Amino acid sequence: MKQLLILGAGTSGTMMSNHLRKALPKNEWNITIVDNQKTHYYQPGFLFLPFDLYQTEQLKKTVAQFIPKGVNLIQESIDRIDKDNDKVFLQNNTEIHYDILIIATGCDIAPQEIEGMQGDHWYKSIYDFYSFDGAKNLRDKLKTWKGGKLVVHICEMPIKCPVAPLEFAFLADDFFTKKQMRDKVEIIYVTPMSGAFTKPVATKELSYLLDQKNINIVSDFNIEKVDTENSKIIDYGGLEVEYDLLVTVPTNMGDDMIARSGFGDDLNYVPTDKTTLQSKVKENIFVLGDATDLPASKAGSVAHFQADILVENIKLYIAGKPLKELFDGHANCFIETGFGKALLIDFNYNQEPVRGTFPIPGIGPLKLLEETRINHLGKLAFRWIYWNMLIKGKPIPFVSSKMKQGGKLIEEI
Amino acid sequence: MNEKTVAGYCIRCNDQGYLTDLEQWNREIGLEIAEEENITMTDKHWEVIEYLQNQCKQGVAITIRKVGKSGVVDIKQFYQLFPNGPLKKASKIAGIPKPVSCI
Repeated sequence: MKQLLILGAGTSGTMMSNHLRKALPKNEWNITIVDNQKTHYYQPGFLFLPFDLYQTEQLKKTVAQFIPKGVNLIQESIDRIDKDNDKVFLQNNTEIHYDILIIATGCDIAPQEIEGMQGDHWYKSIYDFYSFDGAKNLRDKLKTWKGGKLVVHICEMPIKCPVAPLEFAFLADDFFTKKQMRDKVEIIYVTPMSGAFTKPVATKELSYLLDQKNINIVSDFNIEKVDTENSKIIDYGGLEVEYDLLVTVPTNMGDDMIARSGFGDDLNYVPTDKTTLQSKVKENIFVLGDATDLPASKAGSVAHFQADILVENIKLYIAGKPLKELFDGHANCFIETGFGKALLIDFNYNQEPVRGTFPIPGIGPLKLLEETRINHLGKLAFRWIYWNMLIKGKPIPFVSSKMKQGGKLIEEI
Repeated sequence: MNEKTVAGYCIRCNDQGYLTDLEQWNREIGLEIAEEENITMTDKHWEVIEYLQNQCKQGVAITIRKVGKSGVVDIKQFYQLFPNGPLKKASKIAGIPKPVSCI
């Protein structure tokens, strides 16, 4: 029997286990998946939790319930990959041999990377909402917060779901308006990028949102440290921004296991071919989702499109055929703008987000790069799709892995 | 897509003046863009520019952290060389795209 080993049972790993158990003959391939976590979180829900729009139990299910029959789930921590001998060592000193390895260990927040961030003020006046604990603690804080300077902040790129901080700012405007205390809250969005929007069409179409919602922007801000004593963040150029409540997206990093294995870049992301998803580390190692170093967004939709493509390439690899350069960087994301509306963006490595209709060209019903109520309903419906279709590897109607050009207002720029 | 003349060369660039084809870049062009940004280029500046261009050619997404660990400069020095938004200024001089997010 040959061994296929998946590291990580989050969105990417769980999808791959479901796809591959169907794709590979049971009498030839054993499939094993390793993850020490017992809970599978619906991570898009972390955006809503601080505003009390989702209950905690709506965001949690067990990891085990999504792993199909015929796949061996091992709930242990991973020590390291020994790529030269095709082995993975677990922290309980067992070792697993593999013929094919899939790395799907994702990324996580690393607040310890910024001086002063994770001290006594962590979860008192400094919060993240990229972890379950962060989002839950922030919800409790917002219930009683009396107002002041709310700083929504990104430490450095790349981060998981790059639009989430902006959505947080939009939803905060909605939240404090409905609490009739918007006049007591100054919302300041601080980003290391050149603005809240960085792509030409999105900048043209969406900049009105910042004025409309009275969100102040501080751009090109690369944080050096948090001065908790004086409640301000300071950048490498000496620029300072004061806060009463700092909601930050800490540095995101790949798993420490990648560093222990002796490969990965300075943020522990695995060097990966951007079109085939084969690692550049060794030919029998493949990578998908947030664990890659690809210049694509770190997002569940990207992992979903990658999973379809990686299944094809793993079948080709087993057959000894050349891999197909199929992944185009496709991402598809809802962006909450508050007050029951949302945007939808659909883009890839080369095509920036533009206006149009999705998923059926010319019909929709969803509109691209335009605020609509139905987009918001789509975002809410997505939680059901995630639990019942996406991670189980069931196809989502009309949504293809490669980005479609049809229905998009694509102009030569 | 725009075309403009920089240091006597006709180059293709975007609305914000970033070159869209690194092949068209040369030092004279870099020098003139640096002057527009009020930066006086030194050997250290050019060393950073060369590092950024090499990273770009390898298809690696460029970040402040990467520059800081490049061995060429640390982040503080990078700020001193290219004040107020070093990554976007250095990228413009280097003839490579400005770092962007997804929207």
